[in-house]
Formats: sequence, C-alpha cells, structure tokens
Amino acid sequence: MIRVQREDFDTGAELDRLAAGDHSVGGVASFVGLVRDMGGPGNSTGQVSALTLEHYPGMTERKLAEIEAEANRRWPLAASLIIHRYGRLEPGDRIVLVATASPHREAALAACHFLIDWLKTDAPFWKSEETPKGERWVAAHADDDAAKRRWQG
Amino acid sequence: MKLLYFAWLRSRIGHAEEQTTLPEHVRDVGGLLEWLRGRGPAYAEALRDLSVVRVAVNQDYVGSGHPISDRDEVAIFPPVTGG
Repeated sequence: MIRVQREDFDTGAELDRLAAGDHSVGGVASFVGLVRDMGGPGNSTGQVSALTLEHYPGMTERKLAEIEAEANRRWPLAASLIIHRYGRLEPGDRIVLVATASPHREAALAACHFLIDWLKTDAPFWKSEETPKGERWVAAHADDDAAKRRWQG
Repeated sequence: MKLLYFAWLRSRIGHAEEQTTLPEHVRDVGGLLEWLRGRGPAYAEALRDLSVVRVAVNQDYVGSGHPISDRDEVAIFPPVTGG
C-alpha cells in the first residue's frame, strides 16, 4: 500500500495493522526516516530549523507503486507499506515509513532495505532546508545511487 | 505541451508550470532543453549544467534522445532527495 500525505503517522499502529489477521506472517521489518539537522559544510547542527518536502503529485504515487511491485516480485511478502510525507517538517519529525511483512525475516528485512534504497533515488521528492542564511536545496548523494546499485544485476 | 518544473529549477526559472507549443525542429528531450535555454537568462542559468537535470515524460524518467510531442507532460527537475 502507498500513502503520500501531509499528516504524521503512528508507526506502532501502522506496523500492527500490516500483519493483523494474517497468521502466515512471521515477521515485520520497518524503516522510519526522520528529519535530521545536517548543518552546512563545516557547520555543526542547529543550523536547520525546518525543511520542506516538495513532490510531483501523480508521478510520486506511480513510482512508489512501481518500487513496491518490484519488491513483491523479488521477495515473498504478505504485505508491504510505504508512507511518505510532504510539506513543512521540523528536526525529529517522521518523513517516511517503509514496512514489509513476510513469513520469514530474511525476505522482510531485505525487501525493506531494497524499498528505502530505491525510494531515495527514484521517488520524485525534493528537500529544501530553512537555515539562518535562507532556503537551501539539499543536494543528491552519490552514496544513494551506490546503495541502489547494490540491488541491481 | 505541459511543462512542469520542481525544486531549485522551479525557483530559478520562476514558475512551476507552463503551456507551450514546440517549434517544429524540437523533436526530443535534448532538443527541448536546448530550446528552453535560449528562452532567456533564467532558463539558461537553470539549465546550464545538465548533469544535475532530470527529465520525466508523462511521469516516466527518460534520456535526452526520448521523442516528445505537444501532447506530452514534461517535467524537469534536479536529482531527487526524498526518503
């Protein structure tokens, strides 16, 4: 299931719901992404008062659904969930939840890792930070591309 | 054609969306970017370094050789930073 929303989510309730009523599920794996105050180059934390997540409505849902379908092709999942927020968020706020349920932990853990790696390079979201010097768009990381390549070939 | 801009490309170009009619000689994504650069200093500056520009046609990522027409929705944006 895919949800793109402005509102916060209740991680515990979402994880409980993912496996509820399905007794074939042996484990639920999850990743929760939070707003981090990264500071600027050479800066300490305390530089970012908030960030705003912009996205491309329509393409976002489409890419997330593709990523989720690919995870379900690769691993035997009983259920999967991606929730991604947009709008203005403050340090410590939840941004994203990825969760997978499977009869076995290997599939749940691997699929969860795969989903967050692919989401970071393929889902059309952009972060801009509020800093004392004004708005600053977050640059993409080469590490993220490398993390995605781990799942290819 | 419906053109959409996101993130710092939107800030630099100055608007999020526009409707445009392509000149006859513009037939692919590379040609579109080249043509847009000639539309003024804001476009030229925003599209100066194409290594940090991504393009989606009808909501799928494409390369510079992908064909385009006036019926397409074309989005131009920097590498994504979600998650």
